[in-house]
Amino acid sequence: MHKATFKQRPNRVALFVTCMVDMLYPGVGIATCELLEKNDVEVVFPEEQTCCGQPAFNAGYRNEARKLARRFLSIFGPLVENDEVDAVVAPSGSCATMTSHFFEVLFEESREEELRRQAERLASVTFELTEFLVDVLGLVNTGAHLQGKAAYHPCCHLYRELGVDDQPRKLLDGVEGLDVVELPHADDCCGFGGLFSIKNSGISAAMGRAKARSALQCGADAIALCDVSCMTHINGILSREGISCRAHHIAEILNNHLGNSLRPPSQPEPQQPDHPRRWGD
Amino acid sequence: MQVDFNAPYKNRVQQALNDPNLRVAVSKATDRMTDARLASMDAVEGQKLRSQVRQMKQHVLRNWPDYLQQLESNLTRNGCTVHWAEETEDAQNIVREIALQNSAKLVVKSKSMATEEIHLNHALEEVGLRVVETDLGEYIIQLADEPPSHIVAPVIHKRLEEIAEVFQDKLDMPPTREPTKMTSLARARLRQEFFSAGMGISGCNFAIAETGAICIVTNEGNGRMVSSMPRVYVVVMGIEKLVPTVEDAFLQLQALCRSATGQNLTVYCSMTSGPRQEGDVDGPEQVHVVLLDNGRSRMLARGYGEALLCIRCGACLNACPVYQEIGGHAYGSTYNGPIGAVITPALAPEISQFKELPHATSLCGACREACPVKIDLPRLLLDLRSDLVQENASPKTEAWGIKSYASLMSSRRMYESLGKMASIGSNLYAGMSGGNIKFMPPPFNGWTAYRDFAPFAPKSFRQWWKERSKLRGQT
Repeated sequence: MHKATFKQRPNRVALFVTCMVDMLYPGVGIATCELLEKNDVEVVFPEEQTCCGQPAFNAGYRNEARKLARRFLSIFGPLVENDEVDAVVAPSGSCATMTSHFFEVLFEESREEELRRQAERLASVTFELTEFLVDVLGLVNTGAHLQGKAAYHPCCHLYRELGVDDQPRKLLDGVEGLDVVELPHADDCCGFGGLFSIKNSGISAAMGRAKARSALQCGADAIALCDVSCMTHINGILSREGISCRAHHIAEILNNHLGNSLRPPSQPEPQQPDHPRRWGD
Repeated sequence: MQVDFNAPYKNRVQQALNDPNLRVAVSKATDRMTDARLASMDAVEGQKLRSQVRQMKQHVLRNWPDYLQQLESNLTRNGCTVHWAEETEDAQNIVREIALQNSAKLVVKSKSMATEEIHLNHALEEVGLRVVETDLGEYIIQLADEPPSHIVAPVIHKRLEEIAEVFQDKLDMPPTREPTKMTSLARARLRQEFFSAGMGISGCNFAIAETGAICIVTNEGNGRMVSSMPRVYVVVMGIEKLVPTVEDAFLQLQALCRSATGQNLTVYCSMTSGPRQEGDVDGPEQVHVVLLDNGRSRMLARGYGEALLCIRCGACLNACPVYQEIGGHAYGSTYNGPIGAVITPALAPEISQFKELPHATSLCGACREACPVKIDLPRLLLDLRSDLVQENASPKTEAWGIKSYASLMSSRRMYESLGKMASIGSNLYAGMSGGNIKFMPPPFNGWTAYRDFAPFAPKSFRQWWKERSKLRGQT
């Protein structure tokens, strides 16, 4: 995927908020919006947007995925083609992967050359939030402050498909007061995997518990990540297992949505691991 | 608890998840192999090596028939007998026939996935032959009557204690947990078998087309004995396992050893170029090479040629978080882990015979990152899922669900109403059950069986946006 280079600093972007953020975590969308606006980037929200079709694509239903991909392109495509916005920004590595990698796969398969070309053009200006903040705006410090210990979990699509890893880590390092620790086996998948979490729920949950044990091992009060889908899974596991640590979308951390401290006064010490992820020799 | 290889997929997975020892054994070993791989690949220009091997294997695949013909003619020139086997039964019959013609009673085998694929041991035992696996790991699982659970580490699922039990039970070993004592016992037993075997069988790590040499890599030297001691030596090789030149062979050898076990080179690398010649002091009198298709050309025709680049190093298994949780037996197929989830259905007469496997992955991509040939395994798994849908092999309720979702999401009005309904409903429900949703009806019960679910937001992002826009006097 070829990324566009900007002659001048982009000053207007279209927000691809993603359906999950829209319906389940509006705070993440608000934080994304405010982070961009604070940095002099005007945000346009195309209200026709729904879902990019990833669940259908992931499950193998490509005709259904194409239907939603066409719809998505008809909303965001013209904004980009007519230079009404400089870029498309999404607070999700996974949904950005769908629109910037897999749309092309879909239209290549159906031999719809014009749509494939549009998808390629869209892909070149589509950015995941932290990628946009760091690579395009050159930001490392968002002016956020938060007391506590946080570990970064690289979500798979963001890390392996988009190759974005340093950007969110840099932004977290810039948060005043935040003690950033390394999550053991950080790049192991949390086990969400879309439909996998329901079809193979036992394996998915076992992987999620491994992630939870990693969080306990490093004593993090919070896991910072860039995808609310993985966050829903990890928090579902943490809640069910009675562990106080929680996963938070990075936008909320960077935009000071979490208050002053990650650790409520009633729970000063993190719990000790009862079952290490890896056994010693 | 053991994983019952013949139980349905769901049960096998559950059995594997319920066995805490399995997870400990598997994740400890796979972590060790992954660390060794990374160190060994870093010691050379690993990324460059991967690109080179990939290009070489792609070149082979583009010129597949030509190289196969070249290999065949060079094997024949070297005095080997070449057999072509289209399907499992053909290969079984060919090897049986060779054994019967030579009145072999005892067969010694070096570790081979191709022979596992065609269930060769069973086929030979059926006609009265005794078959002995001579790779230590394979020997252990043969004693335990289990299939291998990993491409290069067949007994990865067993801990030392369990292996000791097998040896005590089957070999009358006095109680001990000392690996050296256990290995010595196996070695002494196997030595006798090598002396009396009438036939040796191995797989093939790669065959060199320009010379007609068969190469097998081992760490125990058993491969060399299998290929040189018995009077008859039979090689069963998948038809994709060939390299054009000697230089290519050493390129692949590098990638294979470093990716499989993290060794710079395995302890043994045995090359056979034909039977004993006049004046030779040792070597087999006959060498037979069985070129096994068994779905490989079918796989290429189906669009899964990318998976034919695989050199069977097992690195993707070690990197796979799903494999680490459930081990190999839960997959229920000869090849397991990410590559197994691709090639098992892709090789089979019908993809739908293994419809669970393409879904036994979170598509995290760790496998592609580990693969020495950079096979795009997540993409192949996605393609298989699509093929399953095309063949109507997916559950009816799932198809209905996805189609309804796609329709709902095609209309902003419906999407917004659905959001509002879900918000009201989930908040009411969550309120009754103390803040979090602990149970949902099928198909979402899979979610709540292990995880809580937070209710939908009372007010969506788009509502916030609208209200803000109104306040700012925009429309």
